[in-house]
Amino acid sequence: MPGSSIPSTVIDGLKDKFPAIEVSENLTITVPEAELLSFMRELRDNPDYDFNFLTNLTAVDYPDNFTVIYNLVSFKYGYTLMAKVNLGKDEPAVSSLTSLWGSADWQEREVYDLFGIIFTGRHNLTRILLEDGFAGYPLRKDFQWVGGRE
Amino acid sequence: MLRTEEITLNMGPQHPSTHGVFHVVLKMDHEVITEARPICGYLHRGIEKLAEARTYTQFIPYTDRLDYLAAMLNNTGYVQAVEKLMEIEVPERAEYIRVICCELSRIASHLIAVGTYSVDIGGITGFMYCLRDRERIMDLFEMVCGSRLTLSYMRIGGVAEDLPDEFIPALCQFLDEMPSRLDEYDGLITGNEIFQARTKHVGLLDPGVAINYGISGPNLRASGVFWDLRKNRPYSVYDRFDFEVPLGKRGDCFDRFTCRIKEMRQSLKIIRQAVEQLPEGPVMAKVPKVLKPPAGDVYHEIEGAKGILGYYVVSDGSNKPYRIHVRRPSFINLGFLNELCKGWKIADVVAILGSLDIVLGEVDC
Amino acid sequence: MVENIFVGFAEWLRSLLAAAGLPALFGDIVLMIVKVAGILAFIAISVLWIVYMERKMAAYFQARIGPNRVGPRGLLQTAADMGKLISKEIIIPRAADKIVFLLMPVLIFVPSLLLFAVVPFGKNMIAVDLNVGVFYFFAVASVSTIIFWAGGWASANKYALIGAMRAVAQMISYEVPMVLAILGVIMIVGSMKMSDIINAQQNVWFIFTQPVAFIIYVIAATAETNRTPFDLLEGESEIIAGPFIEYGGMGFAMWFLAEYANLILVSVLATTLFLGGWLAPFGLTFIPSWVWFLLKIYFMIWVFMWFRWTYPRIRVDQLMNFGWKVLVPLSLANIFVTGIGMFIYRAIGW
Repeated sequence: MPGSSIPSTVIDGLKDKFPAIEVSENLTITVPEAELLSFMRELRDNPDYDFNFLTNLTAVDYPDNFTVIYNLVSFKYGYTLMAKVNLGKDEPAVSSLTSLWGSADWQEREVYDLFGIIFTGRHNLTRILLEDGFAGYPLRKDFQWVGGRE
Repeated sequence: MLRTEEITLNMGPQHPSTHGVFHVVLKMDHEVITEARPICGYLHRGIEKLAEARTYTQFIPYTDRLDYLAAMLNNTGYVQAVEKLMEIEVPERAEYIRVICCELSRIASHLIAVGTYSVDIGGITGFMYCLRDRERIMDLFEMVCGSRLTLSYMRIGGVAEDLPDEFIPALCQFLDEMPSRLDEYDGLITGNEIFQARTKHVGLLDPGVAINYGISGPNLRASGVFWDLRKNRPYSVYDRFDFEVPLGKRGDCFDRFTCRIKEMRQSLKIIRQAVEQLPEGPVMAKVPKVLKPPAGDVYHEIEGAKGILGYYVVSDGSNKPYRIHVRRPSFINLGFLNELCKGWKIADVVAILGSLDIVLGEVDC
Repeated sequence: MVENIFVGFAEWLRSLLAAAGLPALFGDIVLMIVKVAGILAFIAISVLWIVYMERKMAAYFQARIGPNRVGPRGLLQTAADMGKLISKEIIIPRAADKIVFLLMPVLIFVPSLLLFAVVPFGKNMIAVDLNVGVFYFFAVASVSTIIFWAGGWASANKYALIGAMRAVAQMISYEVPMVLAILGVIMIVGSMKMSDIINAQQNVWFIFTQPVAFIIYVIAATAETNRTPFDLLEGESEIIAGPFIEYGGMGFAMWFLAEYANLILVSVLATTLFLGGWLAPFGLTFIPSWVWFLLKIYFMIWVFMWFRWTYPRIRVDQLMNFGWKVLVPLSLANIFVTGIGMFIYRAIGW
């Protein structure tokens, strides 16, 4: 079950340009937080990749870190790509992609709302599903869940 | 020149045309919208959090409650994601049954979209006609799984039950009658002068902007972008059917509406082919009683009724998912509402919102 | 015999009072009260019936059955609904202007009632045959605009305000083409008296000589009564119920019933002006004139209902454009053509 469907030559080309990225065996690319914006801009603007569609943006709360997941699609070539950014547990923050894809706007707000991950370099980062005064971030594993099944 | 003042109007959460508990704060100069701020979350049930305390099979009924108008599609998206994670091979017959049910669900969802859109524009009669025909799909689903709305028919590895004997004749009758019903909608709703005046050239969605904002499904195709996962990235057995992907030209409300009507015709075509090709055999793969997918993650997308429906499933090797995220098309399609509504009148906001075809169970998750 | 049942009753009452030795003035007053009572009963019964008819018609248009539980074939449904609405609490929003808010649903019936005075129900069956009948009709009908507006304003609700503003804009702009359209008829008749207009149609109904005027009238009348495709002030899916949004119980029922009273009135005017009033077509005079009149107004009501359950709603700016840019010039052209036609007609001297 590959995370991306993209020719290995393209991946190799990306590796040359961004030596810091890691490619797992199922072709999921892990990007360091500092390079995220330039990496994504390259993916979107380079006509060889042309990832014009940010289809999915979400996050996972792993025991050691937060991971933000980006799923990109290129309509031109039919490529899909899964990129991940690992963030520390304390005050997780990552650059916003709203400047590249409009669809990041609401999805980032959703991730902020449920995980408390801060997206920097954007405006109007407010809660979207929960009420504004809600305490805590429910999709974090340490969220105290009253009435659950545990 | 008279001094005019901007007024703020709360449209919703109780409003007949927000298609549920959706709230838009409109800033208006007389009747012209200067800002439309959508507020969602009134129906947020934390389904993604609930998933973490359920087993993989137990989560299936929760998917029904996302887009409750097309429950089969939600079921399918989820079980296919888990099957991808566990590398389960689904029996051929089950795949065909899934296709039949998914396309019926798509028709049911589009019928509601078309019907409610007719009400949004002001003609209540169209809605009743659409509901009349949707009722028959509900009856078909009742035959298949005993449930009408929240179906939970799909299982990881296949479907819950084989089709009952009376299903195929009833389905064929439905397939025979439906095209004339679609002509009826074209006559009553699509062909109406006033309807066209209200929807044509309203809420124009540029293809480039639509892609950038992640808008998918009929809304994207109405802008002329050929992107239908059933064609572009065929999953299940969709590569075996001959069908077209209807595209719009202008990307206005009218195109979004007619795209749905045309898609229903294509769905009928797919179902007919699937019924003809339907093989014999088991409907359930051999899967263990307790599902423990290997640790890892998977993202799987299908073409839902409202757009691209994606499931992101993370497994830690236990019998409960570590995390499930749903890419809900309605939620992402709504993200562009503010830009789409600016400069139009309050009546157009209703027309635009209706043409996006959102369902709040899915938006709020 | 059946033809003169109402006229005969009035004559009998008058002679009875005269025989009792009462002065003629007293007889007139009693007769007037009886007429008013009769008209009120007519309005009440027809409105209840038309609401039922509308619901049943809508149901048949929509492949449904409609009300069928209360009374035989659901006939008592409206009565039951009214009973429910009367028994409901009257809720007044805190911000509302109490007096205006409560007064307007009552006042909305006043213009409708006033208008029924000039309705020619049948041969010699008109309460007051004013010599400016048509003019009176329009003058009084316009008053209802103010009442709609005041009701919406007093509710202190933004939706109501938008609806009220739309009501004013719509009703005023559609009154103009409506009146201009009717001028064609009045030019031919040369009188604004209801009975004169009907009598002028002995040979040919005005729908055939003034077809354009009829079409303009029907469109404008639909807008006047705020029915689909011109139900902008209610705008179910946009501004919910417009001026009526804050009204519940009997207040709402009054607005609702007044709407149907207005529907009867515009149908009455269409019948009188274009469909020959109570005149029997094809020499079928054995059917009483008042039956003919009722048949014709019910035909018109049916047409309006047909519109309502077929068409979607037009947008507010399209409505204004259509009114001022299409209907007004068209009705002016109609007057012009009618004038030329009359001139030629007289010059030839047929």
